[in-house]
Amino acid sequence: MKVYFFHLMPYADLDLAQVDKHGSAWINLPNANFDPEKGRLLYERYIGELELGDALGFDGICVNEHHQTAYGLMPAPNLIAAALARSTRQARICILGRALPLVGNPVAIAEEFAMLDHLSGGRIITGFVRGIGTEYFSGSVNPTFSHERFYEAHELILQAWTRPGPFAYRGKHYQFDYVNLWPRPIQQPHPPVWIPSQGSMETIVWAAASERRYTYLQTFSPYPQALKAFRAYRDCALSEGYEPAPSQMGWAAPVYVAESDGQARRELAPHVENFFNKFIKFPSLEMRLPPGYSSIASTKALMSAKFEARANATIDTLMDQGIILCGSPQTVLKRILHCQGEMGFGHFLAMLQIGAQPADMTDRSLRLFASQVMPHLKSHNDHSALERAPA
Amino acid sequence: MQATSINVRAVTVPALEAGSGRALLYLHGIDGPRVNPMLEALAQSHRVTAPEFPGFGTSRLPEWLDGIEDAALFGLDLAEALGAEPLHLAGHSIGGWIAAEMALRNPRRFASLSLISPLGAQPVAPAATDIFALPPEAALRAQFFDPALAELEIAARAGEEIDITLQNRAGLARLGWTPRLASLRLPRWLRRISAPTLILWGADDTIAPAECADVFMREIPRAEIIRYARCGHALPNEKGAEAAAAIAAFIAGARA
Repeated sequence: MKVYFFHLMPYADLDLAQVDKHGSAWINLPNANFDPEKGRLLYERYIGELELGDALGFDGICVNEHHQTAYGLMPAPNLIAAALARSTRQARICILGRALPLVGNPVAIAEEFAMLDHLSGGRIITGFVRGIGTEYFSGSVNPTFSHERFYEAHELILQAWTRPGPFAYRGKHYQFDYVNLWPRPIQQPHPPVWIPSQGSMETIVWAAASERRYTYLQTFSPYPQALKAFRAYRDCALSEGYEPAPSQMGWAAPVYVAESDGQARRELAPHVENFFNKFIKFPSLEMRLPPGYSSIASTKALMSAKFEARANATIDTLMDQGIILCGSPQTVLKRILHCQGEMGFGHFLAMLQIGAQPADMTDRSLRLFASQVMPHLKSHNDHSALERAPA
Repeated sequence: MQATSINVRAVTVPALEAGSGRALLYLHGIDGPRVNPMLEALAQSHRVTAPEFPGFGTSRLPEWLDGIEDAALFGLDLAEALGAEPLHLAGHSIGGWIAAEMALRNPRRFASLSLISPLGAQPVAPAATDIFALPPEAALRAQFFDPALAELEIAARAGEEIDITLQNRAGLARLGWTPRLASLRLPRWLRRISAPTLILWGADDTIAPAECADVFMREIPRAEIIRYARCGHALPNEKGAEAAAAIAAFIAGARA
């Protein structure tokens, strides 16, 4: 298994009472609540944490993109990736991902990733996402075109990376008479593409298609949902006529380790509860699921299931549902290996800092995880029981 | 009103139909095709056809509908499908916007134009209410001045499938996400509308603020306006009888 450190870079100094007052940490939480000096220190600290991840031997360090929120301070994740490209030497730098439909010029994304590929010496892993619903409010892009723009932008970026230029691209949303990338990426035929999602069936089917075989990354999900998504991915692959490799599946989850289960639980509880109840608090379900962003069937499923599940989260419900992993190194290791056996993933992405979790806690958890959990994961044989079972 | 359907080239459009008299094509508002007091009163004296606009209600977003321009041209095809006789055109909210876009593209097609709280003009300041950010019931309440009437309408829709609400929102978003429920080009071309035009507006509209009426009044050559106090965006519900009487009188005058 390959092991990664995924950072969300939240505004950890957030006054949580302000979230209650404004009903949200996204879009409409006034940015008067952002203190630039504290922000500067947070970027300093977070980049340092990711650099420590590289030094501790993680296979990859990961960033992502969100807009106008205290949840994460990376509206332009490639800037963080560029800084990491120069200050780290070993780890893969994973941008998970860039929200394709939000941009008017996907060629610029192809260009930025190609540059990053060079700056990092071919270490980047790219991620393509649609962006969550709130992004369509902040980015002003019509959500009813979200799927179309995603598929089209993806096609254009892949062509920009792999097709000899100059060539013309004529799509519905994107039209370019001249596509001719300088620089071309260093990883050939192109940098790896991962597809982070919370389990949308349409996304799974698309990622697993034989001509793509993109690594599917399941984030923030109760255990049964994650299991369902990985099984769906595997079924799709099998129906496409191939056996998916473990490296085609990744699981991302918040992780906290301390000396004992009790200590870990005690230390993490306030931070993880604030993370799920405050930092992930959206203004309304409607802003989370704007019109036409998903099919009516998917929208209804999301409305009924997922968002209810997280209301008033406690560390116990989060652990029971398998959304987070918390405990001693032995406990967390056992849990990850159990999940791997059931789900079959070959990448595990540990979110080792969440919400307002302070630097010292993060440092201890990161080092403990790296020294006592990670080596066992790295040497683990990922070919799961699932895969060996007769079809 | 009776359910029927209209064939518009390759598209079958469900519609409500009622009454006899002069032909009136009515384009529904943001909550899709549904009977309201204004429409019922109009059907007493007109042959009313109220289609379900593609993208709303029981339909799905058609692949040919990318924005308001497509809606306008489809609306003209739809008007053509109703026959060659003189046609009076009315529309509420998004339907009013589509009606205006139709009338400016084919000014001679319509004997009169009635715009009821039309969307399409951008208010100076962002509208007080972003309808897309609100849960369905709150979005409905935001359309009413009178809370009691809002509750009546909520109760009337209680048994309705959520699919209908979601589809209406998707249809509206397809036509008016950016800029929000408005077109920067519309004011430029409104002067092309030659039909006598009646504009009805609620003074307490938070979806299409009353100041937007000024754009339509300034740019449409033969326009008159009636403003209703104590009335929100849901004018056909809140001022149904008065609005129907005003439209009927206007249509009668326009023919003369």
